[in-house]
Amino acid sequence: MAHYLGIDVGSVSTNLVIMDEDGKIEEAIYLRTQGQPIKAIQEGLKILSKKQRSWDIRGVGTTGSGRQLAAVIAGADVVKNEITAHAVAAIKEVPDVRTVIEIGGQDSKIIILRDGVVTDFAMNTVCAAGTGSFLDQQANRLGIPIEEFGYYALRSQNPVRIAGRCAVFAESDMIHKQQLGYKVEDIIRGLCQALVRNYLNNVGKGKEIRPKVVFQGGVAANVGMKAAFEEALGMEVYVPKYHNVMGAIGAALLAKDANVGKTKFRGFDASEIEFTADSFECQGCSNHCEVVNIRMEGKVIARWGDRCNRWKVIDV
Amino acid sequence: MRKVSFPYVGNATITFKKLMNAFGNEVVLPRRPTEETLSLGTKYSPEFACLPFKIVLGTYIEALEAGADTLVSTGGVGPCRAGLYTTLHEKILKSLGYEFEMITLEPPGRHLKELIASIKKLVNKRLSFADYYRIIRFAWKELQLLDKAEKLSHKIRPLEVKKGETTKTYRKCAELIAQARDYKDLLEIEREIELLYERIEKKDYDPLKIGIVGEIYVVIEPAANLEIEEMLGDLGVYAERSMFLASYTFYNAVMDLLRMPGERDVKKLASPYFKEMCGGHGRESVGNAILFAKRGFDGVIQLSPFTCIPEIVAKSILPKVCAKYDIGFLSVTLDEQTGKEGLRTRIEAFVDLLAAKRKHKEANKKGDVVYGALFGN
Repeated sequence: MAHYLGIDVGSVSTNLVIMDEDGKIEEAIYLRTQGQPIKAIQEGLKILSKKQRSWDIRGVGTTGSGRQLAAVIAGADVVKNEITAHAVAAIKEVPDVRTVIEIGGQDSKIIILRDGVVTDFAMNTVCAAGTGSFLDQQANRLGIPIEEFGYYALRSQNPVRIAGRCAVFAESDMIHKQQLGYKVEDIIRGLCQALVRNYLNNVGKGKEIRPKVVFQGGVAANVGMKAAFEEALGMEVYVPKYHNVMGAIGAALLAKDANVGKTKFRGFDASEIEFTADSFECQGCSNHCEVVNIRMEGKVIARWGDRCNRWKVIDV
Repeated sequence: MRKVSFPYVGNATITFKKLMNAFGNEVVLPRRPTEETLSLGTKYSPEFACLPFKIVLGTYIEALEAGADTLVSTGGVGPCRAGLYTTLHEKILKSLGYEFEMITLEPPGRHLKELIASIKKLVNKRLSFADYYRIIRFAWKELQLLDKAEKLSHKIRPLEVKKGETTKTYRKCAELIAQARDYKDLLEIEREIELLYERIEKKDYDPLKIGIVGEIYVVIEPAANLEIEEMLGDLGVYAERSMFLASYTFYNAVMDLLRMPGERDVKKLASPYFKEMCGGHGRESVGNAILFAKRGFDGVIQLSPFTCIPEIVAKSILPKVCAKYDIGFLSVTLDEQTGKEGLRTRIEAFVDLLAAKRKHKEANKKGDVVYGALFGN
């Protein structure tokens, strides 16, 4: 049976999925990128190679902010932006979806669909408050494991109002409320409500949110955030089973859709190849772009970072 | 001799240079804005001034450092604060210790006397009426030709077979125009430009069409909009912008002088949604979006400098107007913090959206079902 590999390299997590030709997810891997995308991608491939299964990979799709890098390392047939990838996965999982709320490590987006077609979208521009990194940081500060963070919110009876406009203000407001003696549960629920308010006022500004609403991305695992969305929207919010790897699922679906004759996949052994990155400052003009070289066993195989594309073509 | 410099506005810089030379001035050519220009401008600007303000301030500093003693800029009327920018630029630069004269060209319709006085300062050579006629005719033709070369590049880039050929051809055209000495040269170059573009090998298909509206500086100057038109062209999209310098100058200087409301159509089209003028190009953005929709475009992208009030007003109106005309809409806010990769992600997603929408529409017409990952099957 044919299989497809989807890779989503985000700021916080790197996810890989293996999907069979009927769209069934056979493997889903969620790893922390930890600022080392090359390592994370190779680690993911290694884990898959150790599964002792022989998959016949017919196509590879990559997405996320590290999609170009992932494409070079794994050998991708399709390289797609994360907005389209998330939309594609949501339509597949929930065919009658009309709104997708996606909150990841450092960005959040809203996708509006009508009749199964994307009609509008937005991505956060001004502030990263309310994204996964911020929640992680707050959970850490309060000494609560992130997995339990949401359940604290559910236990609260009297949420405290927290200023959620900006991550810095939200944090100082939370500390202030703690000093005054409010209960941790109430502060956490208040924080979830503030973040949802912030999301709806920024990312969701001017968008017509209609059911069915699908909530995906790493933050969808937080039951407190889900409850806060349901409360604010007055409608049910659906969290799909593979909510934290939806981008990778979208990439795999797009790879299948591309129907390439022969895949560029380097094989799971790509985890053993030595990939390195180095950069130099171009002196061509006063932009002084930082150009990045991606090397495979010492040889440059890809370059980016230049505004004018003069370094893009590599003489082989 | 006066050493004149001015803001960098796309390739029109070529024409301004020749015009200033013909009037008997030395020209310190402004540099194409780079990251360095922007950092320089940002350093000395109020934090919430808009992107064009910062870029232009940076350009002025570079020009003054290169020896300019006169800066020429356009003024403005209307409530958009850009009309007062020249004065503010002058104050900031003088407080930094630069010595120079700032000459503001006000729109002739409202400030004809001031305009003539300003122009007199810039004419430092005895010129007959015949000279004036020759100079103006040449400059006007050159502006039109520059716009033409650019328009052709936008049309052909999405169709090119060999990536990058159009950009190369366009650069060559700009060089040719820069070398022109007289009107006859320009006529010859015009034919050559057409030929050069004709020679590019093209694919035969109907590309997605996106109209670009917004504030004039970020629409016209590629360095201010992260080369969005080139980015779209590389994705196989035909991008057309609503404003070009030649037509803009024509409507806002000449027609305004003759008391004939310029771009009347655009403002009239916008009037059901945007009655009051709020300065800048807010109303034009709405009107032009409607114009693009009526011409069968697939989508509209609005370019707006961060904190630009006219564009913020337009941004709140455009989604409804675009929904009514069934045309895709994306708003892009630009400032020194905007990253090219973030913009690329949004642009790619927008293009995917429009492609799916077009496919869906065509299939619906025929009563077919569309297949593909974008449609969930």
